[in-house]
Amino acid sequence: MAPNPFRSLLEDTDPATASGYVDPPPRMGFFTDTSICIGCKACEVACKEWNHVPAGSLRYTGMSYDNTMGLGADTWRHVAFIEQRKPPAGRLPERAGTDGSDGIRWLMASDVCKHCTHAACLDVCPTGALFRTEFGTVVVQQDICNGCGYCIPACPYGVIDQRRGDGRAWKCTLCYDRIGVGAEPACAKACPTDSIQFGVVNELRQRADRRLAQLHDAGVLDARLYGRDPGDGVGGNGAFFLLLDEPEVYGLPPDPIVTTRDLPAMWRRVATAAALLAGTVALSFFRRER
Amino acid sequence: MAECHPVGFQWVMEAKARGATVIHVDPRYTRTSALCDIHVPIRVGSDIAFLGGIINYVIEHEAYFRDYVVAFTNGPSIVTEEYRDTEDLDGVFSGLDPERRRYDPHSWQCEGVPVTAAPGQGEQETDTPTGQRAAADRTVTPAAADGTVTPAAADCDETLEHPRCVFQIVKRHFARYTPEMVEQVCGVPRELFLAVCRAMAENSGRERTTAIAYAVGWTQHSVGVQYIRTAAILQLLLGNIGRPGGGILALRGHASIQGSTDIPTLYNLLPGYLPMPQAQRDQDLEAFVAAASAEKGIWGDARSFVVSLLKAWWGSHATEENAYCFDYLPRLTGGHSTYETVMTQLDGECKGYFLVGENPAVGSANAKMQRLGMANLDWLVVRDFSLIESATWWKDGPEIETGEMRTEDIATEVFFFPAAAHTEKNGSFTNTQRMLQWHHAAVEPAGDARSDLWFYYHLGRIIREKLSGSTDEMDRPLLDLQWEYPTEGPAGEPSAEAVLAEINGWDAEGRPLVSFKNLRDDGSTACGCWIYCGVHADGVNQAARRKPGSEQSWVAPEWGWAWPANRRILYNRASADRQGRPWSERKAYVWWDEQEAKWVGHDIADFDPSRPPWHRPPADAKGAEALAGDDAFIMQADGKGWLYVPTGLADGPLPAHYEPQDSPFPNLLYPHQQRNPVREVFPRRHNRYHPDPDTDGSEVFPYMLTTYRLTEHHTAGGMSRWLPYLSELQPEMFCEISPELAEERGLEHNGWATIVTARGAIEARVMVTDRVPPIVVQGRVLHQIGLPYHWGPNGYTRGDAANELAHISLDPNSHIPEVKAMTGDIRPGRRPRGPALNALLEDYVRRAGITPDTGTEVRSGA
Repeated sequence: MAPNPFRSLLEDTDPATASGYVDPPPRMGFFTDTSICIGCKACEVACKEWNHVPAGSLRYTGMSYDNTMGLGADTWRHVAFIEQRKPPAGRLPERAGTDGSDGIRWLMASDVCKHCTHAACLDVCPTGALFRTEFGTVVVQQDICNGCGYCIPACPYGVIDQRRGDGRAWKCTLCYDRIGVGAEPACAKACPTDSIQFGVVNELRQRADRRLAQLHDAGVLDARLYGRDPGDGVGGNGAFFLLLDEPEVYGLPPDPIVTTRDLPAMWRRVATAAALLAGTVALSFFRRER
Repeated sequence: MAECHPVGFQWVMEAKARGATVIHVDPRYTRTSALCDIHVPIRVGSDIAFLGGIINYVIEHEAYFRDYVVAFTNGPSIVTEEYRDTEDLDGVFSGLDPERRRYDPHSWQCEGVPVTAAPGQGEQETDTPTGQRAAADRTVTPAAADGTVTPAAADCDETLEHPRCVFQIVKRHFARYTPEMVEQVCGVPRELFLAVCRAMAENSGRERTTAIAYAVGWTQHSVGVQYIRTAAILQLLLGNIGRPGGGILALRGHASIQGSTDIPTLYNLLPGYLPMPQAQRDQDLEAFVAAASAEKGIWGDARSFVVSLLKAWWGSHATEENAYCFDYLPRLTGGHSTYETVMTQLDGECKGYFLVGENPAVGSANAKMQRLGMANLDWLVVRDFSLIESATWWKDGPEIETGEMRTEDIATEVFFFPAAAHTEKNGSFTNTQRMLQWHHAAVEPAGDARSDLWFYYHLGRIIREKLSGSTDEMDRPLLDLQWEYPTEGPAGEPSAEAVLAEINGWDAEGRPLVSFKNLRDDGSTACGCWIYCGVHADGVNQAARRKPGSEQSWVAPEWGWAWPANRRILYNRASADRQGRPWSERKAYVWWDEQEAKWVGHDIADFDPSRPPWHRPPADAKGAEALAGDDAFIMQADGKGWLYVPTGLADGPLPAHYEPQDSPFPNLLYPHQQRNPVREVFPRRHNRYHPDPDTDGSEVFPYMLTTYRLTEHHTAGGMSRWLPYLSELQPEMFCEISPELAEERGLEHNGWATIVTARGAIEARVMVTDRVPPIVVQGRVLHQIGLPYHWGPNGYTRGDAANELAHISLDPNSHIPEVKAMTGDIRPGRRPRGPALNALLEDYVRRAGITPDTGTEVRSGA
């Protein structure tokens, strides 16, 4: 990812502290290691079961085994399936005597709300329905949301969405009701291969770094972390990923930027412009009086 | 495995993280392939050729574990002179009776070791005179001067050189399974095949082990049992049985399929793999025990197991005088497997049918015949969560649509009982490791839903009430039955733990038994299933133990309970060498401790704990006492792992590659024997087989079909198609085909296709994918079509059932149909509706020139 020119604005701050919590618990999040995802979709189902998310349509898409298609108000975990005519890396030829591939690979990845350090959805919410929890996550309070929908275009990932027939905005809560009592989120609990790992964000980042180095050593040079860098356009994600290809391949924006990033600068310029205008006007009156 | 056993696959992923090489052999590139190190796309129905090729490689390259083979397998045993192999008889074994479509196994015996099959294995045993069961021991010479034990006798050659020793027979038998042959038959490139051979050989031996996991991709063939046998030979040659990280793991289709064979739902077994008595042979308890026993090995104690079972069922009514009510047991008069039962339904002999958590109108081969059979019943009981297709075929099934059946003509009285889910009842699951894990009811079942235990307990109770006072002898077995179980809760649910306690058994004072070694044949012990004895030791539900793995040894003996005697690896005596020393430090598991004078280690030894490795039994010893200190395979009548099976299998002592019932290819390995000669065929109007390859009409069905499951659904859909959260994940029936086949047949991605066989035609959405690549077999390109089999016309997500296409041609040992390898045709567009559907089928049958005799031969062109 390109270096962020606004880094000073997006410091690696603890979002809970920045939101005014005094001595909050450590920031919690997900590390989703897609290199060991088996595409079982247990995360999707466990999420819906626990959070009472409505079932979606019975639409057959033909997009490999992905009939969910994306995150939305009724899908808080989404497993992408990408079939590629590209041999998988890291199937060591010296070990197997062949690359052991069919010249194809099948990427699977479970996507989720990123719980950004700098969350635009939260910035734009006029009612305060969206709030930062003590765990540094971003949650919608359904009894406050008025369905204005401002948060939806604000999300750089297209995660949050309005529920049809309901109008309010819904998304992953990182199982706020579970983690508050020491349980892990439903998706991570159900994941059989620990592709979805829940924990303290700083520890997850270290784990992700180790895993990345391990894969690089094994020759999987495509492996990269996504959303791990606190210096990126959203100040890093509370839920970040290890991917095996470019983010675009998974339907993720390559260089997400918090959409409210420019608001302070814009307001500063507006203020400057207003001051200049006021000064000019004042000056003109002053001169006339002379 | 990732597709169908995602939870178990976490351990494969863990092994991979520790450096294991994961090899996946599958016609399709699945979710498992995506995570493995080597994926081998194979032609469906050719696995014996593939595994046989590895056996040949292992022998040719002397990569087998010689010390293990000599010590623990029957490799040194010498086979009788009468035996003739497929090498001698052009593709069949000696003893074939073409008239009766069966083998007489007498010529397969080993010299001096006329052994019996483990009970419950050999149905062809009916004719075997009981007098055949002689001592199954090897004559042994004393330990050599260097302390090594070298049994040597006329009937056993530990140099493995005797031309009639098992090892040499196996070597000759598989010599034709060359890499070139594997490439031709399986469509697996030579280099890829050799990579698998090398990986297995390099990861076996003293320091390393290899495990094989399989599922119904191996069993659902007309030679399915021999698929597993081939794997067993390979694992024995490589020394991968009875050792940590080794073994052959049968991945089951349901949470407790292992349990349902241990405490069987199978017609030919009693609990604990005791055979069901046969009408002609087992006239009395002694004759039955004689047939079920072995002179040597644990089965030598079969009388204790049988008598204790009878005591558990008939309690105080079972006495020495009445042979413990042995006569109350039903007797088999013939085959009563699922498919044979369907035939008797069609013939009007079978009048009533219980379907318990089973949906044959979708999930069984030749779904039409299943429905036609049910339409010929007097009554049908269906217990399931929802109104599955097997409960509603009479009003909205496919035959109603085609006009073949009219609801008003169907006389079957159908009773539907809603069933409780496992979350709504107490009970145990037995997994593939033979481990029982208890589950506790979380909620009461809703509405009228009840557990199966509730259903059968109260059914029995009511029947017994109705019969009370009867003086008819016929009613005695029911009236004398022990049928008292405490009930609990608002619905009168019988206590599942009381049932577990009965299965575990008790002594004459009612104290829970600790081990099957406590069982007696004098009526002083009762035990509902001898292999489960100990699961309720000390009156404690051992299956409910859940001590975290982090708080105990890596074998985790305090998580659940594994039969027998909580052993986690069977035959683990083989993890140590003949002298009782671990084969290597790395793979140490159980070993003989000189100081303590007993077997010790990480697991409970699957062996008499105090029997030293050098022990030689006295000549007159029987049963378990007759096992020598190196007879690691304690259930076998000769104490050895069987490379060669002298008795117990219906279709030969060694596996041979036969083509599937329907195949587009001639059998290259045995050109004069196309199919398993003793497969079970049912030439009926709705069960027509396809023409032989390269004959007129065979071109009508040019592609191979295979059925399978998706992660998102469960078998015939009864547990998934009614659930919106699962249905939305795979919302329609589809077929998977290659881009090349799509091009060849004009099929469009996301469009519709109709798939046709002589039995049926179904429609499916088309998924064009590189994951089902065409392969080159015998010099020509073969397209394989993948068909998930979850769908049927009911439920939240609906579609045609793949089993409409399947024929009934069964493995002669397990009576399992061949739904994993068939042939068929595919064409664009949806299938015809109404009577036009059958017109299409008739057109195909006519064009292919199919007659009632097509594909039913025993010997091919010899």
